[in-house]
Amino acid sequence: MTNISKPLLEGDLQSQRDESRGVEFIKSTLRNRLAALGVLIVGLLILTAILAPWLAPYAPEVQFSSDARQPPSLQYLFGTDIIGRDNFSRILYGTRVSLLVGVASMVLAATSGVTIGLVAGYYGGRLDTVLMRTMDALLAFPAVLLAIFIISVLGPSLLNAILAVGIVYMPSFARLVRASAISIREKEYLESARAVGLSDIQIMSRVILLNSLSPIVVQFSLGVGYAILVEAGLSFLGLGVQPPTPAWGSMLGYGRNYMSIAPWLTAFPGLAIFVTVLGFNFVGDGLREALDPHMRRI
Amino acid sequence: MQQYILRRLIQMAFVLFLFSTVVFTVLRLVPGDPVAAQLGLEAGQEAYDQLRHEMGLDKPIYVQYMIWLGEISRGDFGTSWRSHQTAISLIQKRFPATIWLTLSAMTIGLLLSVPLGIVSGVRPRSALAHFATFFSLVGIALPSFWLGLMLLLTLSVSLRWLPPSGYISPLVDPVMGLKFLAMPSVTLGIGLAAPLTRFIRSGMLDVMNADYIRTARAKGLIDRLVIFRHALKNAMLSVVTIFGVLLGSLLGGSIITESVFNWPGIGTLLLQAIQQRDYGIVQGVVLFISLIFMTINLLVDLTYAYIDPRIRYQ
Repeated sequence: MTNISKPLLEGDLQSQRDESRGVEFIKSTLRNRLAALGVLIVGLLILTAILAPWLAPYAPEVQFSSDARQPPSLQYLFGTDIIGRDNFSRILYGTRVSLLVGVASMVLAATSGVTIGLVAGYYGGRLDTVLMRTMDALLAFPAVLLAIFIISVLGPSLLNAILAVGIVYMPSFARLVRASAISIREKEYLESARAVGLSDIQIMSRVILLNSLSPIVVQFSLGVGYAILVEAGLSFLGLGVQPPTPAWGSMLGYGRNYMSIAPWLTAFPGLAIFVTVLGFNFVGDGLREALDPHMRRI
Repeated sequence: MQQYILRRLIQMAFVLFLFSTVVFTVLRLVPGDPVAAQLGLEAGQEAYDQLRHEMGLDKPIYVQYMIWLGEISRGDFGTSWRSHQTAISLIQKRFPATIWLTLSAMTIGLLLSVPLGIVSGVRPRSALAHFATFFSLVGIALPSFWLGLMLLLTLSVSLRWLPPSGYISPLVDPVMGLKFLAMPSVTLGIGLAAPLTRFIRSGMLDVMNADYIRTARAKGLIDRLVIFRHALKNAMLSVVTIFGVLLGSLLGGSIITESVFNWPGIGTLLLQAIQQRDYGIVQGVVLFISLIFMTINLLVDLTYAYIDPRIRYQ
């Protein structure tokens, strides 16, 4: 009887510990008021992106020519643009572009960067040198300018904006993962993993990747905010999402030409970018504090 | 030390070589015919061949590459495909505006971030510390082009205090020069101060808890001495890196802020070249910027050794 119940008991304790650790993690993230606010903002943004067609009072392309250049009012919450499109509806739809570019470019950056970092850190040697020197070369250039250079070659479009931001951010993930791969390369449990007969790929994906998951998550969340900023900048310069697709950056670039007669066209899209980036940064900072006890007092 | 510098210079040359190869290859892969783009549609075959020959595009690709490498190693960064001006001469013309903007943005950035960062690191519960946290959170998320546009809207369009755009060297006309500089450098300065404040603050927080600070205090040193002589110097170590990266990107021309204020610097030079598909200039500017960026990175690493004598480069 005791023989059977003992391992059971241990298992119970373990799962209880896991559960309480999970709860503790969520609690400590949310206890941080800014992080909670960030989660709220990001949640609302995701809902807005999904529900844009139902939330928007008008379709984003419809032109109410007789109501062109209207200042904010009850009928047009954020005013209308020069050809009479509803600014508020366009901003709601713009959420989709920002979130799409933010998340897709980080998925691209994370998958490629993590793979490079894992391979470089795990195998070391000449492969490591070649891969990391390439990453260094990418970092040997200011991020925004690199993105602009890539766009200038590929041509401006939504997809190329995602690609450019993804490439620019890739080295950060590669460096992060390589560092943790190197730090655990010589640990004993890696040797035991090898002794059990796990292949290199299994070791990389199960052992090393799992061990460096928390900094990756933090980097991802902060990266989304950064990517949204860069995309907005590209679109502002006319090098990102092309009209008539409503994107906050290109709306700002369009509105700047009419600042003296329709300032609401620059004010609101910028505010939307600001709140969105703030939201993702709050979540990222909160995650970092929750996952990295060292950061807690800072 | 000398050996270290030499090794870094060789490394830099290698990265630059790599970069130039990539730039060369990539720009030849760009869709569109640069010769046709210059001539327009009506030009005859003869004129086309003539120009193609002048631009060196009729030679095999590896010959073009060797010529390009030869030019680069002689410091010739390419020639405009439109105006036939050399990239270097255009860069020389544009660089002073970017340097002015960088210097004044740096000054504003440091004047804001250093006191805020120190105070909030030393007195983390004070009102100023809360303001510093708020400031850096907001500043990091604030799109610089939006901040710039909002400044334009209030200070220039509504209040008419400052000219909306333009540039004159402050050496030629100090008053007008500074008026033109004010908005772009405040825009960039705030963008700079926000992350710096954060770094200085966390650096100070780390250091203030260190044993040697407690010792210094126990010795009876006054606070100011402890903070400035012992804490700040150590806290600055991590700050130097981020400062270097920020300085490098500013000197490379902050393309977006320069564009908002029509600032005739390196950033707008690159943007115009891209818009006009003038790849002779694009490749020159790209190489120039990466050279600056790498030089500053090297200077940052050398500064480490100066601030922290424990660091010795092998």
